Amino acid sequence: MEVPVLKQGPFLIATVQAALTDEDLHHLRRAMVERVVISRSLGVIIDVTAMDIMDSFASRTLREIAQMIRLRGAETIIVGIQPEVAFAMVQLGITLEGVVTALDLEEGLHYLNQKFESSA
Amino acid sequence: MAKETERLERLERSTVWHETLVQGVSLEGTAVLLRELVAHLRQNRTQLREEWARRITEAKLLTAMSKDEIFAEATAVYDQYVEALETGTFEALQAYARSLSERIIPRGVETHEVVGIVLLLRDVLARSLFAKYQADFTKLDRILDAYEPAANRIANTVAVGFVQERERVIRQQQEAIRELSTPVLQVRERLLILPIIGVIDPQRARQLTEQLLRGIRTNRAKVVVIDITGVAAMDATVANHLVQTVEASRLLGATVIVTGLSPEIAQTLVTIGVDLGKMNTVGDLQGGIEQAERLLGYKVVPIGATS
Repeated sequence: MEVPVLKQGPFLIATVQAALTDEDLHHLRRAMVERVVISRSLGVIIDVTAMDIMDSFASRTLREIAQMIRLRGAETIIVGIQPEVAFAMVQLGITLEGVVTALDLEEGLHYLNQKFESSA
Repeated sequence: MAKETERLERLERSTVWHETLVQGVSLEGTAVLLRELVAHLRQNRTQLREEWARRITEAKLLTAMSKDEIFAEATAVYDQYVEALETGTFEALQAYARSLSERIIPRGVETHEVVGIVLLLRDVLARSLFAKYQADFTKLDRILDAYEPAANRIANTVAVGFVQERERVIRQQQEAIRELSTPVLQVRERLLILPIIGVIDPQRARQLTEQLLRGIRTNRAKVVVIDITGVAAMDATVANHLVQTVEASRLLGATVIVTGLSPEIAQTLVTIGVDLGKMNTVGDLQGGIEQAERLLGYKVVPIGATS
């Protein structure tokens, strides 16, 4: 299932709607990394509220996306990780190190807004 | 009745026949004997009950209760006992045992006392049967055959009822302690504190984490201060759990500040090799809250200091 990516001002918002296969994740990575420069975005928000499972492949891919987007000159923030998912992740040793996370989309937008307001 | 007795006596004489009795007839025989037994116990109610109450006092059981109370309970138990023997149903007795336990557990009555008094009653009644049937040993034997299983079942029912009630009370209290001991409190907008007091076992640790993560989401918290001043020590499993809780909170976008680490807990954390870059720790709760306020952009000043 393809992940819809919306442009919201200077930011891109990708909302994951359901559990993702490995292929979906690859597709998401390619799409995000391409679009971030085409749309001249400053920040990217990936909303994973609908994901009730986050395996090691998914979290590694999310981390890669964040690092690749950093290299392409933008910020990434992952929002909407569910409490149960978060604890299951840390128990598996997946901590998404170096990736910024926030409670939900609103928080994510707030974070990015603040970051770019202060640097502007 | 006379006919019945005659038939029973005939049964007794022919032991071979007795052995091969179909179950229905043998049950009927037991029922007849029990009826006789119940009549005997009803007749001598006053005397046996007094004897029992005397033996309870003598054995120094139920010391938490007054003499009158013991006598009142003894009367009720006696009647329930006879009724259970008569009807062969234990529901009423079970219900009574439960309500009795509810009444006496808060007064500090111990399990051995409850089991003790029921066994005493069993002995008192058995003695009276010996006295009544001492002339006819075969009859006594058969009466006891009928009496003993029922009496044992009664003793069992009461003891189990008591223990179950006790366990229910313990479970309830454990639940209450668990509920009480894990408050997640909001002290400012988006700032939660989680004061932990007492021993943390893995089960409580898991529960704490669950409540905290849920609290972060419902209160939309940005900063959480976990104060463990009240925790003297924790083992490696729980310490690891604490680290995991900190990491899971970060995934929800909240920063955790841990305050009040005792030297022992600091030692445990160093021994398990925790990554100190991930743990934000401050000496005491006050310092933790101050740092949290800084993170949230609050500034607390005394009234009048701004002007």
